[in-house]
Amino acid sequence: MAAAPAIELAGLTRRYGERVALSDVTLSLPVGATLVVFGPNGAGKSTLLRVLSTLLRPHAGAVRVLGRALPDEGWAVRGRVGLLGHAPLLYRDLTARENLAFHARLHGVGLDRVEALLAQVGLAARAADKVHTYSRGMVQRLAVCRAVLHDPEVLLLDEPRANLDPAARELVEPLIGAASGRTRVITSHDPAGGLVEADLALGLRAGRAALVAPAREVEPAQIGALYR
Amino acid sequence: MRPAVGALLRKELRLELRAPQAVPAMALFSVTTIVVFHFALQRSEVEGALASGVLWVTLLFAAMLGISRLFVADHEEGGLDGFLLAPVDRTALLVAKAVSLFAFLGVVELIAVPAFALMLLGPAPDAAALAQLLVVLALADAGVALVGTLVGALAVQTRARDLLVPLLALPLLMPVIIAAAKGSTPLLAAGGDDVALRWLAILGLYDLVFGLLAYAVFDFLVED
Repeated sequence: MAAAPAIELAGLTRRYGERVALSDVTLSLPVGATLVVFGPNGAGKSTLLRVLSTLLRPHAGAVRVLGRALPDEGWAVRGRVGLLGHAPLLYRDLTARENLAFHARLHGVGLDRVEALLAQVGLAARAADKVHTYSRGMVQRLAVCRAVLHDPEVLLLDEPRANLDPAARELVEPLIGAASGRTRVITSHDPAGGLVEADLALGLRAGRAALVAPAREVEPAQIGALYR
Repeated sequence: MRPAVGALLRKELRLELRAPQAVPAMALFSVTTIVVFHFALQRSEVEGALASGVLWVTLLFAAMLGISRLFVADHEEGGLDGFLLAPVDRTALLVAKAVSLFAFLGVVELIAVPAFALMLLGPAPDAAALAQLLVVLALADAGVALVGTLVGALAVQTRARDLLVPLLALPLLMPVIIAAAKGSTPLLAAGGDDVALRWLAILGLYDLVFGLLAYAVFDFLVED
């Protein structure tokens, strides 16, 4: 019997008041595969990630993550999903170590994992500094640590390499790259780079799925057309 | 749930110690208000019902400041989302926030009550009256902390937070203030008397009812 998909969407719709942010989005993503979501600002990319992370409820359609239906079984999905959004979800007046220790305790993760991650992303020497003293790139590296702290099976990454210099990208790559072995949903504005990374491509325009196709069948020009 | 409550409490106290927001504002407001009462009443000493009223009005309005700030760091810095992504019971946040607010109120009262006694109160209460006053303060603070946590969680999601907190919290807290003020009156009177048990019972019942209500509805307030 084939394994259940990591993510299944059937007619997903989400509104903010009267405004429709996602409309009738349908797709299926196998375990271990990477979905890259393209689309202009306001197309619904971040909303999709927040629905998959259980932070937002779908208003219509069916959503299953790791075989569990959302929002009813959200409790079973939290802790198996990691979200790296535009907001780092870190307290500016706590140190890097304190922030990660806080999340580690919430997820029941040992504090040795905190130290290992800080060392892996090159922040061990600044671990006792408050986050508001960090550069944007350092905050992003710390946010990556927070997102993968509990070793999630599904990673939801909203432009994860934004603010990172080439050296920092190399540091976080084992955590969020294809080598991590996790199922990934990534938003991107880079057609060429995104398609290289993707198994499945989703193009959103005004909340609608203008394109859902295996990445190998998609041309960068089709992605570019979403922005025109 | 206990590790999550511990983690949240540690974070709350650390943030308040490192970047004090709620407690200094509440304490400063309390002392300033007592000074204002001192001059506005044109009396150097008050006792009984008037003393009780002045004390509880001061503490009530100081609590509004704490309630307004209770969820701000979590909302502005994304900590609430970080918590909601964790596989823990949402009640942990209710407990941690209510305990934090209770602790903040206690610290403020350590400053405000002596300031009130020095600047306005007539004859100082004896040890027995003081002990009973502490019981009244603790029961009233528990009610304020529970209602404040509910209202704070609701208000922080709106742009009119500073308006919404007093609009919602003041009517809900009226029973607490009436019972606390009535209960404190004999304790602050010259030749003070014991607090009537019915006021303690009303405060205890209020805490119980709002504790159960908060437990029932808190998930709906913090989740989408």
